[in-house]
Amino acid sequence: MTATDDRTARVPARVPAPTDPRWSDPKRYLWLLGLFVPMQPFIAWGLVTATGSDVLWFWGPFFIFVLLPLLDTVIGTDSLNPPDEAVSWLEADRYYRWCTYAFLPLQYVALLWACIVWTTWDIGTAGKIGLAITVGVVGGVAINTAHELGHKKDELERWLSKVALAQTGYGHFYLEHNRGHHVRVATPEDPASSRLGESFYAFLPRTVLGSLRSSWQLETARFARDGRSRWSVRNDVLNAWAMSVVLLGGLLVAFGLEIAPYLVIQAIFGFSLLEVVNYLEHYGLLRQKKGERYERTRPEHSWNSNTTASNVLLYHLQRHSDHHANPTRRYQALRSMDDAPQLPSGYGAMMVLAYVTPLWRRVMDPRLLAHYGGDVTRCNIQPSRRAAVLARYGASVGTDA
Amino acid sequence: MKVWKCAQCGYVYDEAQGWPEDDIAPGTRWQDIPDDWSCPDCGAAKSDFLMVQVA
Repeated sequence: MTATDDRTARVPARVPAPTDPRWSDPKRYLWLLGLFVPMQPFIAWGLVTATGSDVLWFWGPFFIFVLLPLLDTVIGTDSLNPPDEAVSWLEADRYYRWCTYAFLPLQYVALLWACIVWTTWDIGTAGKIGLAITVGVVGGVAINTAHELGHKKDELERWLSKVALAQTGYGHFYLEHNRGHHVRVATPEDPASSRLGESFYAFLPRTVLGSLRSSWQLETARFARDGRSRWSVRNDVLNAWAMSVVLLGGLLVAFGLEIAPYLVIQAIFGFSLLEVVNYLEHYGLLRQKKGERYERTRPEHSWNSNTTASNVLLYHLQRHSDHHANPTRRYQALRSMDDAPQLPSGYGAMMVLAYVTPLWRRVMDPRLLAHYGGDVTRCNIQPSRRAAVLARYGASVGTDA
Repeated sequence: MKVWKCAQCGYVYDEAQGWPEDDIAPGTRWQDIPDDWSCPDCGAAKSDFLMVQVA
């Protein structure tokens, strides 16, 4: 008897009905809080009005770099996993996907409103830059929403993923993430996996340019294989970028060239926010070579965190190991993995740490080395700093190294 | 013999060729691959991650 027959035979006895009332999702309504993020520009406006202080146009960075780490610390962690029997109906419940779809109209209402403010309100250049950065926070977190949608097999969700990316001009992420990053994760070949000894500031240009190049190469290879020209509307890099051209070009036509600098600021801040998250998700982790190929991606190849606040606002992105093992699994069903290396805090605080290289190294390098039993040679090391890194951490390898 | 494609990363499993690296002999049909097998390229699980039939 095959495994499939065996499983079929057990189904009536073991798996509860799809609407089994015995388990209810404690986070069900918390997911609506994700919609709080695209409202940040309006919250900034409210705070500026209430306090009369223009500096609060910079509310967005304060929200993610100060408030979110505080919330992570105060609220604590949650490692509760849905029971296996609940996963299928949890995934099928369309309520959860509407929580992510609803992000998009809010995201674009915020952008449109910001264009009105930039052109018609008297809030000074500093205030306008502050608003652009707060809008950039929305654009950056929108890449996370796009990430959730872009992994799905549903054509509508894949299309919505590209729509969410249009604001930051990061349309190629949709393709590069699935076909590039998920294949090369935790190897030296992946532009989006950071390395031991590599600061965020060295990683940023490498991942931005490397991911761009990789997405174009992947799509070029796909069209070459089929004997077709890559200059096609079916080219997923080109059609995703076209959305940015239509969106940002349309806004420039409607509001004038004076909004151009703010559109650039929000886009750069937005995608840099995504890249700092990329930086902390796989720092220094390495899949070992098995002959010509790398070993399969396992839970130990991603850093995880169970902080509740960041997990709720980022659709369980911090349950990253399960995501790599089951990339199409919907966010509400992702599980916390005990055998994955754990970040000392949530993404909120870890992003701030990543900006301060010496602090990042002090906190993360020992954790990484402990994960590999002190053997620095098993880490993904920045090639240009290999000698320095080995000299610094080689001593802990032991006499037999 | 059929060919299956990972909808996630584009990896192709050809039943005629199998995947000897994981001791899956040439000629192994898709349904006979263990449920805990995962995509050799991106690690997507077979059970969770449906592969689409391309030929």
